[in-house]
Amino acid sequence: MIAAIHLSGDVQVWIGALLTLMVFSFLWRDNPFYKFAEHVFVGVSAAYWMVMGFWTTLWPALVLKLFPAAGRWSSPDAPPGAWDPLALIPAALGLLMLARLWPRLSWLGKWPTAFILGTTAGYSLVRYLRSDFLYQIQATIGTGLAPMAAGRWLWQESLAQLLVLVGTVSGLVYFVNTREQKGAYGRVARWGLLVLMITFGASFGSAVMGRVALLVGRFQELLGPWLGIL
Amino acid sequence: MSGVKQRVPQIILTVVALLLIASAFVARPEGGSAPLGPRLLAIADQEFATWFSILAVFAFLMGGLNLVATHLAKIRERGPDRFYSLVTLVSFLVVLVIGTAKLGGPPGLQGDVTAPGSWLTAVFDAVLSPLHATLYSLLAFYIASASYRAFRARSLESSLLLGSALVVLLGRIPAGRHLTAWIPEPLAFLRVEELSLWILRVPNTAGQRALMIGIALGVIALAVRMIAGVEKDPRSGGDGS
Repeated sequence: MIAAIHLSGDVQVWIGALLTLMVFSFLWRDNPFYKFAEHVFVGVSAAYWMVMGFWTTLWPALVLKLFPAAGRWSSPDAPPGAWDPLALIPAALGLLMLARLWPRLSWLGKWPTAFILGTTAGYSLVRYLRSDFLYQIQATIGTGLAPMAAGRWLWQESLAQLLVLVGTVSGLVYFVNTREQKGAYGRVARWGLLVLMITFGASFGSAVMGRVALLVGRFQELLGPWLGIL
Repeated sequence: MSGVKQRVPQIILTVVALLLIASAFVARPEGGSAPLGPRLLAIADQEFATWFSILAVFAFLMGGLNLVATHLAKIRERGPDRFYSLVTLVSFLVVLVIGTAKLGGPPGLQGDVTAPGSWLTAVFDAVLSPLHATLYSLLAFYIASASYRAFRARSLESSLLLGSALVVLLGRIPAGRHLTAWIPEPLAFLRVEELSLWILRVPNTAGQRALMIGIALGVIALAVRMIAGVEKDPRSGGDGS
């Protein structure tokens, strides 16, 4: 028995459903409906993230610090903040970034780029050193290979810890390209390659599941709020 | 002049990165009367992330201007896709006005731009969120099609990749669990959901850690090279000039 259809009367639901169908039409082939949805997506997302950046970052962190009186438009009840001369630095760097629009001044655009690269290098060095290097080594060997609970040796846990340790070390050995992977060294590297293949397979499976979950969500949206079948 | 053009970006990069690294490791005295060095470290620690975000917004502005210029040029040239350029421009400008003026949001300019009931939130719910989810969900079809054509269990390596992907997939769906539900309790570790969990917890963890440590070493080396000015592109601003 086919469930009765109760079409939604909500304009937002209709727009979302029609755009969803337009994107799905690409499964048939490239067509004007898909192109329309694609171009709407580009325009809307560019403007959306510009506006979000303006109101959530530029306004409080730059405009209100340079022009505290402007706060009476956005929050008239709050007392005006103090003028912050330090905000002149990002303002100047931001304006220098716009200098790229004029070919004769475009070299000035390299200064804010250098600031961005400097902050990225500084933050990345510290963050990766801590969380992706030291903490990962600590997590691999720091817990010990003989976990106990209530005076009992958890042998399955021990085996798992040992496999993780061997897998991590052999995976790293596989990445070392300054030495020829022959003999015992080569066998460790090969074991590392096998561990990495299992990892890539698991990541692939998880990625597929993520996309399928999104797909199911879209069908639920079409069949539920729009058609009223679910 | 050319010396300034070439050296200033590298000086900015090195000073900014070193201040950030020092601010993470060097202890600083509290209070406003601290000497210049600690004050600079405090500024780096508290302000640089905000300045980075501000510059990211300026980059978005550049991107927006570029988008408008590109599509205006396409409309002016009367190319075959000018209608779609017009669609992009109109949707861009409409959302820009809605968001900048905080239309529909309670109460006007003083409200939150993402408040429930604001037009920008309506645009997000009706247009951006469905389009984003649907475009990504399309990949489910293409991943399935590509893997059907590309995956062949020809070697031990490819068999392991295929096997672990299959077990992880089956372990997460009810049908996969039904397949191995008949396995008796003493051998329950062979059920697909248990195998999937074990793959994710043991070999996957080992591989992910090897990858993370390897990537971390690479990123650290790259950061040191950039700070020292050995990398060519960052020093010259990205275009090698």
